[in-house]
Amino acid sequence: MTNGNYDAIIIGAGHNGLTNAAFLAKAGLRVLVVEKNAYPGGATVSRELHKGWKYSNCSYVCSLFRPEIYNALDLGRHGLKVIPLVSSMTFKQDGDYFGSYQDPNIRRRELMRHNQRDADAVVRFDADVLRWCKLIRGFLLRTPPDPGSLRPRDAFEFAHLLKKFYELSEDQIYEFIRFFTMSIAEYLENYFENETILAHYSGGSIIGTGLGVYSPGTAYVLLHHAMGDVDGNVGAWGFARGGMGSVSGALASSFQSYGGEIRTDAEVTQILVSGNRVSGVRLASGEEIAAKTVVSNLDAKRTFTKVMDANDIPPALLKRARNFKIRGSSGKLNIALDGMPTFPALPKDSPLTLGHMHFTDTLPRLERAYDDWKDDRWSADPYCDTLIPSQYDPTLAPPGKHMMTVFVQYCPVEPEGGWTDDKRDAFGQTVIDQIAEYSPDFKDLLLHAEIRTPRELENEVGLTEGNIFQGELTFDQLMFNRPFPGYAQYRGPVKGMYMCGSSTHPGGGVMGAPGANSAREILRDLKKPDTTPEEFSDD
Amino acid sequence: MIRPDVIIIGAGHNGLVCAAYLARAGMDVLVLESGESTGGMAAPRVLNDDYHFPGLAHVTYPISPTIRRDLKLDRFGYAPGKAIDTIALDANGEHLTISANSISGNRLGEADIDAYPEFRKQYLAFANSLSPLFNNKPPRLKDMGLRDTATLARLGWNIRVGLGRESMYEFLRVAAINIYDVLNETFDSEQLQGALAVDAVMGSAMGPRTPGTVLTWLQRLFGELNGAPSLHSGEQLVNALTQSAEDAGAVIRCNTRVRKILVEDSKAFGVELDDGELVKAKLVISNADPRTTFSSLVGAPQLDTMFANRVAQIRGSGVVGKLHLALGGLPEFTGIDPTGLTNRFLVAPSMRYIEHAFNPSKYGECPDNPVLEITLPSTHNNALAPDGHHLMSVNVAFLPYDLDGGWAEQKTTMAYKVISQLERYSPGLKSLIVDHEFLTPRDIENEFDATGGHWHHGELSIHQSFMMRPTYGAAQYDTPIDKLFLCGAGSHPGGGLTGLPGRNAAKRILELGGAK
Repeated sequence: MTNGNYDAIIIGAGHNGLTNAAFLAKAGLRVLVVEKNAYPGGATVSRELHKGWKYSNCSYVCSLFRPEIYNALDLGRHGLKVIPLVSSMTFKQDGDYFGSYQDPNIRRRELMRHNQRDADAVVRFDADVLRWCKLIRGFLLRTPPDPGSLRPRDAFEFAHLLKKFYELSEDQIYEFIRFFTMSIAEYLENYFENETILAHYSGGSIIGTGLGVYSPGTAYVLLHHAMGDVDGNVGAWGFARGGMGSVSGALASSFQSYGGEIRTDAEVTQILVSGNRVSGVRLASGEEIAAKTVVSNLDAKRTFTKVMDANDIPPALLKRARNFKIRGSSGKLNIALDGMPTFPALPKDSPLTLGHMHFTDTLPRLERAYDDWKDDRWSADPYCDTLIPSQYDPTLAPPGKHMMTVFVQYCPVEPEGGWTDDKRDAFGQTVIDQIAEYSPDFKDLLLHAEIRTPRELENEVGLTEGNIFQGELTFDQLMFNRPFPGYAQYRGPVKGMYMCGSSTHPGGGVMGAPGANSAREILRDLKKPDTTPEEFSDD
Repeated sequence: MIRPDVIIIGAGHNGLVCAAYLARAGMDVLVLESGESTGGMAAPRVLNDDYHFPGLAHVTYPISPTIRRDLKLDRFGYAPGKAIDTIALDANGEHLTISANSISGNRLGEADIDAYPEFRKQYLAFANSLSPLFNNKPPRLKDMGLRDTATLARLGWNIRVGLGRESMYEFLRVAAINIYDVLNETFDSEQLQGALAVDAVMGSAMGPRTPGTVLTWLQRLFGELNGAPSLHSGEQLVNALTQSAEDAGAVIRCNTRVRKILVEDSKAFGVELDDGELVKAKLVISNADPRTTFSSLVGAPQLDTMFANRVAQIRGSGVVGKLHLALGGLPEFTGIDPTGLTNRFLVAPSMRYIEHAFNPSKYGECPDNPVLEITLPSTHNNALAPDGHHLMSVNVAFLPYDLDGGWAEQKTTMAYKVISQLERYSPGLKSLIVDHEFLTPRDIENEFDATGGHWHHGELSIHQSFMMRPTYGAAQYDTPIDKLFLCGAGSHPGGGLTGLPGRNAAKRILELGGAK
């Protein structure tokens, strides 16, 4: 066994693994991160898949990344610059469009253009969503309490949770529960009536989920996506200069500045257990590396069914891992364009091309897209979250040319008969055809398209079934249930074994919070100083 | 009764339960019912003079033992019916039978047969742990009094200690998710999954994949804790409740429609009838659905804007249709022995089938292949039909209230579609039909004055349950209008022939001092 005298080995150099590693290294541990691919970053990468273009080929926007972590790891100094995205819009089938701007006056004017009452209602809507964001954000950088435990720590945490709730008025408590349990469609219909406005604000809640806009629980997912902030601007999305690779790049640089080591082309095939504790890892090459602490950044299903021996874990846990819901539902197109496409529906020089662009203008269309996925088909009329970030980041494409990223719902884990390259391309064509309906020169400008389905995501990044959150964000897999009841505090079934990926609280999105929370628990167990940050107060 | 203590609007079963409890507590109770007889949706219906169909509920569970005892229902002729099995029909005759604690069928594997009893026991235990919640007013979550704290404490104890640690973890895991995922994990047989999922979605605008369908299933199971289902129509229960209420001194006036609840200075003081007559009382209790109560009978001007807004947004568009077939003989079901016709039959061969039937309803469309629940009440009681004749009662799931194009033109087509589908399982059925009646959600709305034609007076979604049913501010049976109460299915714990809303409402009224 290689004895590099490592205190901890992190399996997987995705953003949570790097975050976790950085905090451990900062506390003085000797840390090694092992990564199966030739490059670190996992799903937080920028890759040149077409000469001259850089694709954020998996995750593509940054906002949820915890500012507390950004500060604690000095990521600005290590090269991470986030540019706020200032708008989003939806094209309508009748040739019109709806735009959502950051400036409140312009935003209101545009809302009024569609529906006067909705323009008024948005004031109440923004205030309510902000209130829930602020409430929830306080829980992201905390370990969930265990309802089955009698330990003081868990009792205190429950008391803390209750105290936060009791700061709300009674009506607000009920409204919060309703928000948490309603569908996004029903929730928004409490405020808005215009069908495009409803559709526009719904899209964010189905991203990455196996749910539809009429499914209870989707209002929460909207929150999950809205609660990030850029420069203190709650709900804003941001774009990382240089693509998402600069997020993992900054994390890696920060980690290495604390003495950490990253080995790529080093796939772990087994977590080694000796007696009742972890002893290291074995790589695909056969090489074994020793460490007393092993942290898996792989998803929970992969961790317990692929890289741990069934004899080393309790049978009940293995069963839960097998049943872990991790169905992918998303696809992605990364496109190199020979120039900026025209969108005739938009006025000349409209700033709306700078932000998110969508093409689904009614709730029934969104829901029908989901119906297709339930039957293991890609959506015939997909929801596309489209950005052309090269408009303000010159590092992504040659001068005058552009890079477009298209995130798609829904795409099945496996269509009937399984994925083939032809089916993948047919899926991609559906998306290209949809965009072309709104941009007549789009197809002519298309130089290259990387088409990704859950198959590609699993094969390349190791995300089981291509689920971008490392596990569905439904109530059975959230908070003290994430990833499994009794295992929601980052500790695995064996001493010295931990989990730090999005399969743990608070879940997916490029947040870094699972990595940080996990590091806190590890450092506590090792009686080392806690280098992880506390959540910022909002006041 | 010139000036009763209490007026109850609506003699549906919850209204009768509430009336009986309050009358027994010594109050002067007047029940006003717009229909010809008591019972509301549970009242029996006659087709063609000779065919006596059960009301909308054709499969019932025994009433809670507490209500049965408190209201002395046995004395007034109540007795639980004979237990029935559920038979999930298969197109090739390879049916699946679900009995109280076991399952059987040619297409089942050993693993499922073994897993079923344990699974059922687990979920009955979950339902049972919720009993402090079902049997009491839902606790407020802030400024709760002693009673609410006690309810929460008992609930917490049941879940934490009563279930045990592992079971508690499992309960907390599944409580808010969908039945599809749970059944997928537990069983291999699509046929079994489909059959079990029906009970989670029948009556609701939910498919097996809709989060919240474990909870709706638990609510069903809660009824099963009182005993096995039977084909007892609500008639016997309604008669017993009516007599129990009258025996305690309650007065019931039928053919009397209330037009308005009289309110002054945010306080209810009586009702106005359709013919203009005013009847004053110290308390007014509405068994009507919440939207009818607040929007029609009270009126928005009397209510706080946000409250009125929340009421207007209550989700409750009914999705079940009822088909009644008067038959000139006993139908045959392929692969079913005639003695087996006393059971309940389901057409729901898989969860995917159910989901496909559900999908169109989201868009105001009808299913191509409906989900059906079928009973033959005449096989238990041959007095319900003329000699040798029979009744078939069918629940048709997922028929949209807001059908694109309206029901008037499409009703007959839909009825025939269902009949044709039934013929696939029961050859020769068409030739036996003497007469038929088909109630769409619109018909149910009109006939029973239930907004949306919804069985439960409002969807049983999580956000419209417990301390949020029908909405906060009116979730403990009292309302923002002083002396006005709710007692129907639109309140906790929702619909089904349980009588619990009626009883909980009565308890609440007595807790608040009765008619003083």
